Amino acid sequence: MSKVNPDFVVKISGFTEFNAFACMNCGSCTALCPMGIDLLPRRMFRHVMLGLEDKVLENTENVFSCLLCKMCEENCPKDVPIVENIKSIRWYINREIFKLGKG
Amino acid sequence: MAVPIKHVLGILVDNLRIRESVMPLSRRRSIGWAKGLNIPKGGKTVIYTGLMYQLMPSIIAMEKMTSKFADSWISNFYGLGRAINKVISITPFMTWTDAAEKEIFDRILRNIAKLLQVADVDFGYLYEEELYAGALVHDEGINDVFEAHTHKVYKRLKKHNIEKVITVDPHTTDMLKSVYPKIIKDYQLEVKSYLEVLAESNLHPVKRIEQDIVIHDSCVYARYEGIIDQPRQLLENAGAKIIEPLNTKKMTYCCGGPVESLFPIKARTIADNRIEQLASVGKNSVTMCPICFINLKTAAEKNDFSVKDISDYLVEAYCDH
Ligand code: SF4
Ligand code: SF4
Repeated sequence: MSKVNPDFVVKISGFTEFNAFACMNCGSCTALCPMGIDLLPRRMFRHVMLGLEDKVLENTENVFSCLLCKMCEENCPKDVPIVENIKSIRWYINREIFKLGKG
Repeated sequence: MAVPIKHVLGILVDNLRIRESVMPLSRRRSIGWAKGLNIPKGGKTVIYTGLMYQLMPSIIAMEKMTSKFADSWISNFYGLGRAINKVISITPFMTWTDAAEKEIFDRILRNIAKLLQVADVDFGYLYEEELYAGALVHDEGINDVFEAHTHKVYKRLKKHNIEKVITVDPHTTDMLKSVYPKIIKDYQLEVKSYLEVLAESNLHPVKRIEQDIVIHDSCVYARYEGIIDQPRQLLENAGAKIIEPLNTKKMTYCCGGPVESLFPIKARTIADNRIEQLASVGKNSVTMCPICFINLKTAAEKNDFSVKDISDYLVEAYCDH
């Protein structure tokens, strides 16, 4: 069972703050993504903003499949920093789940 | 899940922390390319390879291995491999490299240095003191290890009183030009890609390129750094006719390379898609990034289609051998 947790978005920030509040769910990112990552960024960002950590972790493979190619960002009408957000999620998983880093 | 993400990333992180590079490289492998070019050590301006071209043969070998092991029981042993790797470097055993591949990447670096020399650019090189810029660890989001590494790199540059670096690949360019300044306070370093430096110079062609060339922009040069016109200008000045594929300039299509170490099968599909686009408009293509080069070249092997690094074309056109 997922539980909404508004603090999660704060915990997940990386070098810059996680920021997807302007996203209007238009789907341009998904339509143009060469990896065909259906879930990233819009649904995944929604999970983060709602604090649904288990939903985010269920999609670890998607998070690490992103090419960081910025095709989505180039065409996002709301200038969402999609790639920085994806890297913030990676940083969270690396730190909290994989226990990578300086240790 | 294919290859265990955690352990592959773990090996790269441990190598960067313990051995200052994502994969260990011998002194000869790192600086052998510069032999005979008489590049002075140090100086106010240096060529900065960031070891990207030198690492490519090892990365290719590691990827060949990951694609072999993806979805197999052997992938379970990555965890054990990581534990051993902390004590003894296992990466050289995982990444036996091919001499022909090494020669291609060394040649590209030599091309670039020769072009800068012909353009009368005054530059030195840090030789064995040059460090990898950390792009892979940054991209995978291992922020604390990356941050510690950026300080090491910057300190090294400042120790040698370097004011300007000329980078040779898009990933190192983006790291030093746009990412480091966000992390390091009072960052002072002028960073330019060699394509920018050459485009601003007075280079004159000594031989014409009488060819139609399909251009493949790197995502990082085009979308991150806005380096789009310079490669076109340098090729066109020498007489080449540039053919723009369906996805080009700011709308360029990724080569698939960035996910090669973790998802080799997906990466192959992306490269195949891109080759289909490029090959539908011409016979010869040009890349300007070591990752694009190797991914597209491998994907093009099935087709009758040539993939060349831009420096191979430019050295032919602008350098008197
Ligand atoms: S393109 Fe931008 S605004 Fe549209 S769904 Fe994607 S992130 Fe949201
Ligand atoms: S940056 Fe990632 S999510 Fe965006 S288009 Fe590229 S692969 Fe897809």
